[in-house]
Amino acid sequence: MSGSVTRDAAGGRAARREDGEEPDGLPIVPARHYGRWVAALVVLVLLAQFVHGLVTNPGWDWETFFDYLFAESVLRALWLTVQLTAYGTVIGFSLGVLLALMRLSGSPLLRGVAWGYVWAFRSIPLIVQLLFWFNLAYLYRELGLGIPFGPVFWRFETLHLVGAMSAAVLGLALHQAAYAAEIVRGGIIAVDPGQREAAAALGIPRARQLRRIVLPQAMRGILPNAANEIVSLFKGTSIVSVMAIGELFYRVQVIYGRNGRVVPLLMVATFWYIVLTTLLSLAQARVERYFARGVGRTRPRAAWRRALARLPRLPRLAAAARRPAAGAPAAEGPATQRGAA
Amino acid sequence: MVDVRGVHKAFGTLRVLRGVDLRVRAGEVVVILGPSGSGKSTLLRSINHLERLDRGFVRIDGELVGYRRSGGRLRELTEREVLRQRVHIGFVFQDFHLFPHLTVRENLVEAPVSARRVPRRVAEARAAALLARVGLADKADAYPRRLSGGQQQRVAIARALALEPKVLLFDEPTSALDPELVGEVLDVIRDLARAGTTMLIVTHEIGFAREVADRVVFMDGGLIVEEGPPEQVLDAPRHARTRAFLSKAL
Repeated sequence: MSGSVTRDAAGGRAARREDGEEPDGLPIVPARHYGRWVAALVVLVLLAQFVHGLVTNPGWDWETFFDYLFAESVLRALWLTVQLTAYGTVIGFSLGVLLALMRLSGSPLLRGVAWGYVWAFRSIPLIVQLLFWFNLAYLYRELGLGIPFGPVFWRFETLHLVGAMSAAVLGLALHQAAYAAEIVRGGIIAVDPGQREAAAALGIPRARQLRRIVLPQAMRGILPNAANEIVSLFKGTSIVSVMAIGELFYRVQVIYGRNGRVVPLLMVATFWYIVLTTLLSLAQARVERYFARGVGRTRPRAAWRRALARLPRLPRLAAAARRPAAGAPAAEGPATQRGAA
Repeated sequence: MVDVRGVHKAFGTLRVLRGVDLRVRAGEVVVILGPSGSGKSTLLRSINHLERLDRGFVRIDGELVGYRRSGGRLRELTEREVLRQRVHIGFVFQDFHLFPHLTVRENLVEAPVSARRVPRRVAEARAAALLARVGLADKADAYPRRLSGGQQQRVAIARALALEPKVLLFDEPTSALDPELVGEVLDVIRDLARAGTTMLIVTHEIGFAREVADRVVFMDGGLIVEEGPPEQVLDAPRHARTRAFLSKAL
Protein backbone atom coordinates (compact mmCIF):
# COMPACT_ATOMS: atom_id res chain seq x y z
CA MET A 1 0.00 0.00 0.00
CA SER A 2 2.67 2.40 1.05
CA GLY A 3 4.77 1.04 -1.82
CA SER A 4 2.14 2.09 -4.29
CA VAL A 5 2.09 5.56 -2.82
CA THR A 6 5.87 5.82 -3.20
CA ARG A 7 5.72 4.62 -6.76
CA ASP A 8 3.04 7.14 -7.50
CA ALA A 9 5.21 9.80 -5.95
CA ALA A 10 8.21 8.76 -8.03
CA GLY A 11 6.07 8.93 -11.11
CA GLY A 12 4.84 12.32 -10.03
CA ARG A 13 8.41 13.48 -9.50
CA ALA A 14 9.36 12.43 -13.02
CA ALA A 15 6.35 14.20 -14.38
CA ARG A 16 7.18 17.25 -12.35
CA ARG A 17 10.77 17.47 -13.42
CA GLU A 18 9.52 17.61 -16.97
CA ASP A 19 7.05 20.28 -16.02
CA GLY A 20 9.68 22.15 -13.99
CA GLU A 21 7.27 22.45 -11.03
CA GLU A 22 8.11 22.53 -7.31
CA PRO A 23 8.63 19.15 -5.56
CA ASP A 24 6.01 19.53 -2.84
CA GLY A 25 4.33 16.56 -1.22
CA LEU A 26 7.06 14.06 -2.16
CA PRO A 27 8.24 11.54 0.48
CA ILE A 28 11.65 12.28 1.97
CA VAL A 29 14.28 9.50 2.07
CA PRO A 30 16.85 10.04 4.88
CA ALA A 31 20.52 10.23 3.80
CA ARG A 32 22.46 6.94 4.11
CA HIS A 33 25.70 7.06 6.13
CA TYR A 34 27.80 4.18 4.77
CA GLY A 35 30.91 5.36 6.63
CA ARG A 36 29.04 5.15 9.93
CA TRP A 37 28.00 1.57 9.22
CA VAL A 38 31.60 0.52 8.58
CA ALA A 39 32.79 2.28 11.75
CA ALA A 40 30.01 0.65 13.78
CA LEU A 41 31.06 -2.78 12.47
CA VAL A 42 34.71 -2.19 13.46
CA VAL A 43 33.72 -1.06 16.93
CA LEU A 44 31.42 -4.05 17.40
CA VAL A 45 34.21 -6.50 16.46
CA LEU A 46 36.61 -4.82 18.93
CA LEU A 47 33.96 -4.94 21.69
CA ALA A 48 33.32 -8.62 21.02
CA GLN A 49 37.05 -9.34 21.29
CA PHE A 50 37.20 -7.49 24.61
CA VAL A 51 34.24 -9.36 26.10
CA HIS A 52 35.64 -12.66 24.82
CA GLY A 53 38.91 -11.92 26.61
CA LEU A 54 37.11 -11.08 29.87
CA VAL A 55 35.30 -14.42 29.80
CA THR A 56 38.06 -16.76 28.63
CA ASN A 57 41.24 -15.35 30.20
CA PRO A 58 41.79 -17.24 33.50
CA GLY A 59 43.86 -14.30 34.83
CA TRP A 60 40.67 -12.43 35.74
CA ASP A 61 39.86 -15.21 38.21
CA TRP A 62 36.11 -14.54 38.37
CA GLU A 63 35.67 -17.13 41.10
CA THR A 64 37.70 -15.13 43.60
CA PHE A 65 35.97 -11.98 42.37
CA PHE A 66 32.54 -13.37 43.27
CA ASP A 67 33.87 -14.77 46.57
CA TYR A 68 34.78 -11.30 47.75
CA LEU A 69 32.25 -9.14 45.90
CA PHE A 70 29.66 -9.34 48.69
CA ALA A 71 32.02 -10.31 51.53
CA GLU A 72 31.08 -8.57 54.75
CA SER A 73 34.45 -6.87 55.19
CA VAL A 74 34.22 -5.46 51.66
CA LEU A 75 30.67 -4.20 52.18
CA ARG A 76 31.62 -2.59 55.49
CA ALA A 77 34.57 -0.89 53.77
CA LEU A 78 32.24 0.25 51.01
CA TRP A 79 29.92 1.80 53.59
CA LEU A 80 32.84 3.68 55.11
CA THR A 81 33.77 5.00 51.67
CA VAL A 82 30.20 6.18 51.16
CA GLN A 83 30.27 7.91 54.55
CA LEU A 84 33.55 9.67 53.80
CA THR A 85 32.09 10.87 50.49
CA ALA A 86 28.88 12.05 52.12
CA TYR A 87 30.65 13.97 54.88
CA GLY A 88 33.14 15.45 52.44
CA THR A 89 30.35 16.54 50.10
CA VAL A 90 27.98 17.99 52.68
CA ILE A 91 30.58 19.83 54.75
CA GLY A 92 32.66 20.73 51.72
CA PHE A 93 29.78 22.23 49.75
CA SER A 94 28.25 24.03 52.75
CA LEU A 95 31.56 25.69 53.43
CA GLY A 96 31.99 26.19 49.68
CA VAL A 97 28.71 28.14 49.37
CA LEU A 98 29.75 30.30 52.31
CA LEU A 99 33.16 30.99 50.73
CA ALA A 100 31.56 31.75 47.36
CA LEU A 101 29.22 34.30 48.98
CA MET A 102 32.17 35.81 50.83
CA ARG A 103 34.05 36.19 47.57
CA LEU A 104 31.06 37.95 46.04
CA SER A 105 30.46 40.20 49.03
CA GLY A 106 31.08 43.93 49.14
CA SER A 107 33.59 43.66 51.97
CA PRO A 108 37.21 43.56 50.80
CA LEU A 109 38.20 41.68 53.97
CA LEU A 110 35.70 38.87 53.42
CA ARG A 111 36.65 38.72 49.74
CA GLY A 112 40.32 38.53 50.64
CA VAL A 113 39.87 35.83 53.27
CA ALA A 114 37.82 33.68 50.92
CA TRP A 115 40.36 34.15 48.15
CA GLY A 116 43.16 33.24 50.54
CA TYR A 117 41.36 30.10 51.65
CA VAL A 118 40.85 28.91 48.10
CA TRP A 119 44.43 29.76 47.24
CA ALA A 120 45.84 27.86 50.23
CA PHE A 121 43.73 24.74 49.99
CA ARG A 122 44.15 24.42 46.26
CA SER A 123 47.90 24.79 46.63
CA ILE A 124 48.43 22.07 49.23
CA PRO A 125 48.26 18.49 47.92
CA LEU A 126 45.41 16.60 49.54
CA ILE A 127 47.66 13.86 50.81
CA VAL A 128 49.93 16.35 52.56
CA GLN A 129 46.92 17.97 54.15
CA LEU A 130 45.49 14.68 55.35
CA LEU A 131 48.75 13.72 57.03
CA PHE A 132 48.89 17.18 58.54
CA TRP A 133 45.45 16.85 60.16
CA PHE A 134 46.37 13.35 61.24
CA ASN A 135 49.36 14.82 63.10
CA LEU A 136 47.54 17.84 64.49
CA ALA A 137 48.12 16.67 68.07
CA TYR A 138 51.82 17.24 67.49
CA LEU A 139 51.18 20.98 67.00
CA TYR A 140 48.32 21.58 69.41
CA ARG A 141 48.11 19.22 72.31
CA GLU A 142 44.78 20.68 73.47
CA LEU A 143 41.93 22.44 71.72
CA GLY A 144 39.51 24.66 73.65
CA LEU A 145 36.26 26.53 73.18
CA GLY A 146 35.93 29.95 74.75
CA ILE A 147 36.28 33.68 74.19
CA PRO A 148 39.01 34.54 71.69
CA PHE A 149 42.16 35.60 73.56
CA GLY A 150 40.10 35.27 76.78
CA PRO A 151 39.08 32.48 79.12
CA VAL A 152 38.54 28.95 77.76
CA PHE A 153 35.45 27.03 78.85
CA TRP A 154 35.89 23.62 77.30
CA ARG A 155 39.16 21.82 76.68
CA PHE A 156 39.74 18.72 74.61
CA GLU A 157 42.79 16.61 74.11
CA THR A 158 43.58 16.84 70.43
CA LEU A 159 44.68 13.25 70.23
CA HIS A 160 41.22 12.04 71.31
CA LEU A 161 39.27 14.65 69.37
CA VAL A 162 40.99 14.25 65.99
CA GLY A 163 41.23 10.55 65.32
CA ALA A 164 42.09 9.07 61.93
CA MET A 165 38.48 9.23 60.76
CA SER A 166 37.87 12.85 61.73
CA ALA A 167 41.24 13.82 60.29
CA ALA A 168 40.17 12.21 57.03
CA VAL A 169 36.78 13.94 57.02
CA LEU A 170 38.36 17.26 57.95
CA GLY A 171 40.99 17.00 55.23
CA LEU A 172 38.57 15.89 52.51
CA ALA A 173 35.94 18.49 53.44
CA LEU A 174 38.30 21.44 53.68
CA HIS A 175 39.94 20.48 50.41
CA GLN A 176 36.56 20.02 48.78
CA ALA A 177 35.34 23.39 50.07
CA ALA A 178 38.00 25.26 48.10
CA TYR A 179 36.90 23.65 44.83
CA ALA A 180 33.20 23.86 45.72
CA ALA A 181 33.57 27.59 46.40
CA GLU A 182 34.82 28.23 42.89
CA ILE A 183 32.14 26.05 41.32
CA VAL A 184 29.36 27.79 43.24
CA ARG A 185 30.80 31.21 42.46
CA GLY A 186 30.97 30.29 38.78
CA GLY A 187 27.32 29.29 38.85
CA ILE A 188 26.26 32.50 40.54
CA ILE A 189 28.11 34.89 38.25
CA ALA A 190 26.71 33.07 35.21
CA VAL A 191 23.15 34.10 36.17
CA ASP A 192 21.93 37.07 34.13
CA PRO A 193 22.56 40.20 36.26
CA GLY A 194 19.14 41.41 35.12
CA GLN A 195 17.59 38.78 37.37
CA ARG A 196 19.19 40.26 40.44
CA GLU A 197 18.25 43.74 39.26
CA ALA A 198 14.62 42.77 38.69
CA ALA A 199 14.49 41.26 42.17
CA ALA A 200 15.99 44.42 43.61
CA ALA A 201 13.51 46.58 41.71
CA LEU A 202 10.70 44.55 43.26
CA GLY A 203 12.11 45.16 46.73
CA ILE A 204 12.68 41.46 47.44
CA PRO A 205 14.98 41.18 50.49
CA ARG A 206 18.60 40.29 49.77
CA ALA A 207 18.77 36.87 51.36
CA ARG A 208 15.57 35.96 49.59
CA GLN A 209 16.92 37.25 46.23
CA LEU A 210 19.78 34.86 46.61
CA ARG A 211 17.81 31.86 47.81
CA ARG A 212 14.78 32.17 45.62
CA ILE A 213 15.98 33.93 42.47
CA VAL A 214 19.73 33.58 41.97
CA LEU A 215 20.73 30.20 43.44
CA PRO A 216 18.04 28.09 41.72
CA GLN A 217 19.21 29.50 38.39
CA ALA A 218 22.87 29.14 39.34
CA MET A 219 22.22 25.47 40.09
CA ARG A 220 22.13 24.71 36.38
CA GLY A 221 25.72 25.80 36.03
CA ILE A 222 26.79 24.35 39.36
CA LEU A 223 25.34 20.85 39.05
CA PRO A 224 27.46 19.24 36.32
CA ASN A 225 30.66 20.47 37.94
CA ALA A 226 29.46 19.57 41.42
CA ALA A 227 28.61 16.05 40.29
CA ASN A 228 32.09 15.79 38.81
CA GLU A 229 33.54 16.81 42.15
CA ILE A 230 31.43 14.36 44.13
CA VAL A 231 32.38 11.49 41.82
CA SER A 232 36.05 12.36 42.01
CA LEU A 233 35.78 12.76 45.80
CA PHE A 234 34.12 9.35 45.99
CA LYS A 235 36.99 7.71 44.16
CA GLY A 236 39.49 10.06 45.78
CA THR A 237 38.59 8.76 49.23
CA SER A 238 40.95 5.88 48.39
CA ILE A 239 43.72 8.34 49.22
CA VAL A 240 42.90 8.11 52.94
CA SER A 241 44.14 4.53 52.84
CA VAL A 242 47.51 6.12 53.69
CA MET A 243 46.08 6.73 57.16
CA ALA A 244 45.13 3.05 57.54
CA ILE A 245 41.42 3.82 57.44
CA GLY A 246 39.49 0.75 56.40
CA GLU A 247 37.73 2.16 53.36
CA LEU A 248 37.14 0.15 50.22
CA PHE A 249 40.55 0.43 48.58
CA TYR A 250 42.45 -0.11 51.84
CA ARG A 251 40.39 -3.21 52.65
CA VAL A 252 40.97 -4.68 49.18
CA GLN A 253 44.69 -4.04 49.49
CA VAL A 254 44.74 -5.82 52.84
CA ILE A 255 42.95 -8.83 51.36
CA TYR A 256 45.20 -9.21 48.33
CA GLY A 257 48.20 -8.67 50.56
CA ARG A 258 47.07 -11.79 52.34
CA ASN A 259 46.04 -14.03 49.45
CA GLY A 260 48.00 -12.56 46.55
CA ARG A 261 44.97 -12.37 44.19
CA VAL A 262 45.59 -8.81 43.12
CA VAL A 263 43.58 -8.56 39.90
CA PRO A 264 40.25 -10.06 41.05
CA LEU A 265 40.28 -7.96 44.20
CA LEU A 266 41.04 -4.79 42.29
CA MET A 267 38.07 -5.76 40.12
CA VAL A 268 35.93 -6.00 43.26
CA ALA A 269 36.84 -2.43 44.17
CA THR A 270 36.36 -1.33 40.56
CA PHE A 271 32.93 -2.93 40.45
CA TRP A 272 31.72 -1.04 43.50
CA TYR A 273 33.23 2.25 42.37
CA ILE A 274 31.41 1.85 39.06
CA VAL A 275 28.10 0.92 40.66
CA LEU A 276 28.09 3.91 42.99
CA THR A 277 29.27 6.33 40.31
CA THR A 278 26.45 5.11 38.09
CA LEU A 279 23.92 5.75 40.84
CA LEU A 280 25.36 9.22 41.32
CA SER A 281 25.13 9.94 37.59
CA LEU A 282 21.50 8.86 37.53
CA ALA A 283 20.73 11.08 40.50
CA GLN A 284 22.56 13.94 38.77
CA ALA A 285 20.40 13.60 35.66
CA ARG A 286 17.23 13.77 37.75
CA VAL A 287 18.30 16.81 39.73
CA GLU A 288 19.45 18.58 36.58
CA ARG A 289 16.09 17.94 34.97
CA TYR A 290 14.39 19.49 37.99
CA PHE A 291 16.44 22.68 37.74
CA ALA A 292 15.93 22.84 33.97
CA ARG A 293 12.22 23.57 34.37
CA GLY A 294 11.28 26.80 32.71
CA VAL A 295 14.52 26.96 30.70
CA GLY A 296 13.32 25.89 27.27
CA ARG A 297 10.03 26.34 25.52
CA THR A 298 9.10 22.72 26.26
CA ARG A 299 9.19 20.62 29.41
CA PRO A 300 12.59 18.89 29.91
CA ARG A 301 12.40 15.14 29.37
CA ALA A 302 14.53 12.25 30.65
CA ALA A 303 17.40 11.13 28.41
CA TRP A 304 15.87 7.73 27.77
CA ARG A 305 12.62 9.33 26.63
CA ARG A 306 14.52 11.56 24.25
CA ALA A 307 16.44 8.54 22.96
CA LEU A 308 13.15 6.75 22.32
CA ALA A 309 11.80 9.74 20.47
CA ARG A 310 14.92 9.76 18.33
CA LEU A 311 14.31 6.20 17.15
CA PRO A 312 11.91 7.24 14.44
CA ARG A 313 11.68 3.91 12.73
CA LEU A 314 10.18 1.88 15.56
CA PRO A 315 7.11 4.05 16.09
CA ARG A 316 6.68 4.41 12.36
CA LEU A 317 6.69 0.63 11.98
CA ALA A 318 4.26 0.37 14.85
CA ALA A 319 2.03 2.96 13.24
CA ALA A 320 2.23 1.14 9.91
CA ALA A 321 1.25 -2.10 11.60
CA ARG A 322 -1.67 -0.40 13.30
CA ARG A 323 -2.95 1.44 10.27
CA PRO A 324 -4.63 -1.32 8.21
CA ALA A 325 -6.56 -2.46 11.26
CA ALA A 326 -7.79 1.03 12.07
CA GLY A 327 -9.78 2.00 9.02
CA ALA A 328 -7.84 0.76 5.99
CA PRO A 329 -9.93 2.65 3.45
CA ALA A 330 -9.02 5.98 5.03
CA ALA A 331 -5.28 5.20 4.92
CA GLU A 332 -5.50 4.29 1.26
CA GLY A 333 -7.87 7.14 0.74
CA PRO A 334 -7.70 9.72 -1.98
CA ALA A 335 -6.12 12.29 0.34
CA THR A 336 -2.72 10.56 0.25
CA GLN A 337 -2.93 10.06 -3.46
CA ARG A 338 -3.91 13.59 -4.10
CA GLY A 339 -1.05 14.80 -1.94
CA ALA A 340 1.42 12.84 -4.02
CA ALA A 341 -0.08 13.35 -7.42
CA MET B 1 4.30 62.54 43.36
CA VAL B 2 7.69 62.18 41.69
CA ASP B 3 10.12 65.02 42.26
CA VAL B 4 13.52 64.86 40.53
CA ARG B 5 15.88 67.75 41.36
CA GLY B 6 19.25 68.58 39.86
CA VAL B 7 20.21 64.96 39.25
CA HIS B 8 23.77 64.35 38.01
CA LYS B 9 25.21 60.99 37.13
CA ALA B 10 28.48 60.02 35.46
CA PHE B 11 29.88 56.63 34.51
CA GLY B 12 33.60 57.23 34.80
CA THR B 13 34.24 60.27 32.64
CA LEU B 14 30.99 59.90 30.72
CA ARG B 15 28.47 62.41 32.09
CA VAL B 16 25.12 60.81 31.43
CA LEU B 17 22.85 63.09 33.46
CA ARG B 18 23.84 66.73 33.82
CA GLY B 19 21.29 68.27 36.12
CA VAL B 20 17.81 66.95 35.42
CA ASP B 21 14.69 68.47 37.02
CA LEU B 22 11.38 66.75 36.56
CA ARG B 23 8.09 66.74 38.44
CA VAL B 24 5.28 64.27 37.89
CA ARG B 25 1.87 64.81 39.52
CA ALA B 26 -0.27 61.96 40.82
CA GLY B 27 -2.22 60.34 38.00
CA GLU B 28 -0.09 61.98 35.33
CA VAL B 29 1.43 60.08 32.40
CA VAL B 30 4.81 61.45 31.31
CA VAL B 31 6.55 60.10 28.23
CA ILE B 32 10.30 60.65 27.87
CA LEU B 33 11.65 60.78 24.32
CA GLY B 34 15.17 61.29 23.11
CA PRO B 35 18.01 59.80 21.06
CA SER B 36 20.02 56.84 22.39
CA GLY B 37 22.57 57.92 24.95
CA SER B 38 20.55 60.95 25.98
CA GLY B 39 20.22 59.60 29.53
CA LYS B 40 16.54 58.55 29.46
CA SER B 41 17.09 55.07 30.88
CA THR B 42 19.62 56.28 33.43
CA LEU B 43 17.14 58.87 34.65
CA LEU B 44 14.50 56.20 35.08
CA ARG B 45 16.94 53.90 36.88
CA SER B 46 18.01 56.74 39.18
CA ILE B 47 14.41 57.27 40.26
CA ASN B 48 14.23 53.87 41.96
CA HIS B 49 17.90 54.05 42.95
CA LEU B 50 19.11 51.24 40.70
CA GLU B 51 21.77 53.87 39.95
CA ARG B 52 23.36 55.94 42.70
CA LEU B 53 23.25 59.65 42.10
CA ASP B 54 26.33 61.83 42.06
CA ARG B 55 24.36 64.95 42.88
CA GLY B 56 20.74 65.97 43.34
CA PHE B 57 17.91 63.93 44.77
CA VAL B 58 14.67 62.14 43.99
CA ARG B 59 11.56 62.27 46.13
CA ILE B 60 8.51 60.05 45.82
CA ASP B 61 5.49 61.31 47.72
CA GLY B 62 7.75 63.58 49.68
CA GLU B 63 10.09 60.76 50.76
CA LEU B 64 13.73 60.90 49.64
CA VAL B 65 14.77 57.81 47.65
CA GLY B 66 18.05 56.21 48.68
CA TYR B 67 18.99 58.86 51.23
CA ARG B 68 17.96 60.20 54.60
CA ARG B 69 18.31 63.78 55.66
CA SER B 70 20.26 64.13 58.84
CA GLY B 71 21.47 67.55 59.87
CA GLY B 72 22.93 69.28 56.86
CA ARG B 73 23.68 66.13 54.87
CA LEU B 74 22.12 63.30 52.95
CA ARG B 75 23.06 59.95 54.39
CA GLU B 76 22.93 56.98 52.07
CA LEU B 77 20.43 54.33 53.15
CA THR B 78 21.39 50.70 53.58
CA GLU B 79 20.34 48.31 50.87
CA ARG B 80 17.62 46.90 53.09
CA GLU B 81 16.02 50.35 53.44
CA VAL B 82 16.29 51.05 49.73
CA LEU B 83 14.64 47.72 48.97
CA ARG B 84 11.76 48.73 51.21
CA GLN B 85 11.35 51.99 49.27
CA ARG B 86 11.39 50.24 45.91
CA VAL B 87 8.19 48.41 46.81
CA HIS B 88 6.39 51.69 46.03
CA ILE B 89 8.08 52.14 42.65
CA GLY B 90 7.10 49.68 39.94
CA PHE B 91 9.71 49.10 37.23
CA VAL B 92 9.18 47.42 33.85
CA PHE B 93 12.37 46.45 32.02
CA GLN B 94 13.02 46.44 28.31
CA ASP B 95 13.99 42.75 28.46
CA PHE B 96 11.20 41.79 30.88
CA HIS B 97 13.55 40.01 33.34
CA LEU B 98 10.87 37.58 34.43
CA PHE B 99 12.16 34.83 36.70
CA PRO B 100 12.40 31.91 34.26
CA HIS B 101 12.42 29.15 36.88
CA LEU B 102 9.16 30.33 38.44
CA THR B 103 5.70 30.05 36.90
CA VAL B 104 3.83 33.19 35.92
CA ARG B 105 1.80 33.05 39.14
CA GLU B 106 4.94 32.61 41.27
CA ASN B 107 6.49 35.58 39.48
CA LEU B 108 3.56 37.72 40.56
CA VAL B 109 3.30 36.38 44.09
CA GLU B 110 6.99 36.43 45.04
CA ALA B 111 7.49 40.13 45.80
CA PRO B 112 4.18 40.82 47.60
CA VAL B 113 4.79 37.83 49.87
CA SER B 114 8.47 38.40 50.59
CA ALA B 115 8.70 42.20 50.46
CA ARG B 116 5.24 43.27 51.66
CA ARG B 117 4.35 40.28 53.81
CA VAL B 118 1.01 39.85 52.06
CA PRO B 119 -0.52 36.45 52.90
CA ARG B 120 0.09 34.02 50.06
CA ARG B 121 -3.60 33.37 49.45
CA VAL B 122 -4.34 37.08 49.12
CA ALA B 123 -1.35 37.54 46.81
CA GLU B 124 -2.50 34.64 44.62
CA ALA B 125 -6.01 36.01 44.32
CA ARG B 126 -4.57 39.37 43.39
CA ALA B 127 -2.24 37.75 40.87
CA ALA B 128 -5.20 36.05 39.21
CA ALA B 129 -7.05 39.37 38.98
CA LEU B 130 -3.99 41.13 37.52
CA LEU B 131 -3.43 38.39 34.94
CA ALA B 132 -7.05 38.73 33.88
CA ARG B 133 -6.51 42.46 33.56
CA VAL B 134 -3.58 42.00 31.16
CA GLY B 135 -5.50 39.27 29.29
CA LEU B 136 -3.44 36.28 30.44
CA ALA B 137 -5.76 34.61 32.95
CA ASP B 138 -5.06 31.20 31.42
CA LYS B 139 -1.26 31.45 31.64
CA ALA B 140 -0.84 31.44 35.43
CA ASP B 141 0.82 28.02 35.47
CA ALA B 142 3.03 28.53 32.42
CA TYR B 143 6.76 29.20 32.64
CA PRO B 144 7.70 32.60 31.18
CA ARG B 145 9.93 31.28 28.39
CA ARG B 146 6.97 29.42 26.97
CA LEU B 147 5.18 32.71 26.32
CA SER B 148 5.62 35.14 23.44
CA GLY B 149 7.58 38.34 24.04
CA GLY B 150 4.40 40.41 24.20
CA GLN B 151 2.86 38.05 26.72
CA GLN B 152 6.04 38.09 28.81
CA GLN B 153 6.02 41.87 28.93
CA ARG B 154 2.38 41.88 29.98
CA VAL B 155 3.27 39.48 32.80
CA ALA B 156 6.12 41.80 33.77
CA ILE B 157 3.68 44.71 33.98
CA ALA B 158 1.32 42.63 36.11
CA ARG B 159 4.27 41.68 38.33
CA ALA B 160 5.09 45.36 38.88
CA LEU B 161 1.43 46.14 39.61
CA ALA B 162 1.21 43.32 42.16
CA LEU B 163 3.02 45.54 44.67
CA GLU B 164 0.44 48.31 44.20
CA PRO B 165 3.15 50.89 43.53
CA LYS B 166 2.59 54.63 43.71
CA VAL B 167 4.29 55.12 40.37
CA LEU B 168 5.18 52.85 37.45
CA LEU B 169 8.38 53.33 35.47
CA PHE B 170 8.66 51.81 31.97
CA ASP B 171 12.10 51.47 30.38
CA GLU B 172 11.41 51.04 26.64
CA PRO B 173 8.79 48.38 27.28
CA THR B 174 8.27 47.54 23.59
CA SER B 175 11.81 47.82 22.21
CA ALA B 176 12.56 44.09 22.54
CA LEU B 177 9.34 43.05 20.83
CA ASP B 178 8.46 42.04 17.29
CA PRO B 179 6.39 44.81 15.66
CA GLU B 180 3.20 42.76 15.67
CA LEU B 181 3.45 42.24 19.45
CA VAL B 182 3.96 45.90 20.35
CA GLY B 183 0.24 46.67 20.18
CA GLU B 184 -0.84 44.25 22.91
CA VAL B 185 1.63 45.77 25.39
CA LEU B 186 0.67 49.33 24.50
CA ASP B 187 -3.00 48.37 25.00
CA VAL B 188 -2.24 47.35 28.57
CA ILE B 189 -0.36 50.59 29.28
CA ARG B 190 -3.19 52.59 27.70
CA ASP B 191 -5.68 50.91 30.06
CA LEU B 192 -3.46 51.78 33.02
CA ALA B 193 -3.33 55.40 31.88
CA ARG B 194 -7.12 55.51 31.69
CA ALA B 195 -7.33 54.09 35.21
CA GLY B 196 -5.29 57.04 36.50
CA THR B 197 -1.98 55.26 37.19
CA THR B 198 1.00 57.58 37.61
CA MET B 199 3.50 56.56 34.95
CA LEU B 200 6.84 57.58 33.53
CA ILE B 201 7.46 55.94 30.17
CA VAL B 202 10.65 55.90 28.13
CA THR B 203 9.72 54.86 24.61
CA HIS B 204 10.40 55.30 20.92
CA GLU B 205 6.72 54.93 20.00
CA ILE B 206 5.93 58.53 19.15
CA GLY B 207 2.37 57.82 18.05
CA PHE B 208 1.73 56.18 21.37
CA ALA B 209 3.28 59.12 23.21
CA ARG B 210 0.90 61.49 21.45
CA GLU B 211 -2.03 59.33 22.45
CA VAL B 212 -1.42 58.57 26.15
CA ALA B 213 0.95 61.25 27.41
CA ASP B 214 -0.28 64.14 29.49
CA ARG B 215 3.17 65.58 29.02
CA VAL B 216 6.10 64.76 26.74
CA VAL B 217 9.67 65.33 27.87
CA PHE B 218 12.45 65.47 25.30
CA MET B 219 15.96 64.68 26.54
CA ASP B 220 19.31 65.11 24.83
CA GLY B 221 22.86 65.05 26.13
CA GLY B 222 21.82 64.33 29.73
CA LEU B 223 19.46 67.31 29.94
CA ILE B 224 15.78 67.95 29.48
CA VAL B 225 15.66 70.08 26.35
CA GLU B 226 11.97 70.64 26.08
CA GLU B 227 8.76 69.55 27.76
CA GLY B 228 5.06 70.18 27.43
CA PRO B 229 1.78 68.71 26.24
CA PRO B 230 2.25 66.22 23.37
CA GLU B 231 0.64 68.41 20.72
CA GLN B 232 3.10 71.18 21.54
CA VAL B 233 6.32 69.13 21.80
CA LEU B 234 5.52 66.73 18.98
CA ASP B 235 3.75 69.00 16.52
CA ALA B 236 5.31 72.38 17.21
CA PRO B 237 8.68 71.72 18.85
CA ARG B 238 10.48 74.88 19.87
CA HIS B 239 13.94 73.45 20.06
CA ALA B 240 16.06 72.61 17.02
CA ARG B 241 17.25 69.33 18.50
CA THR B 242 13.71 68.18 19.16
CA ARG B 243 12.79 69.04 15.57
CA ALA B 244 15.80 67.11 14.24
CA PHE B 245 14.93 64.05 16.35
CA LEU B 246 11.29 64.05 15.38
CA SER B 247 12.00 64.47 11.70
CA LYS B 248 14.18 61.37 11.83
CA ALA B 249 11.85 59.36 14.02
CA LEU B 250 8.63 59.95 12.09
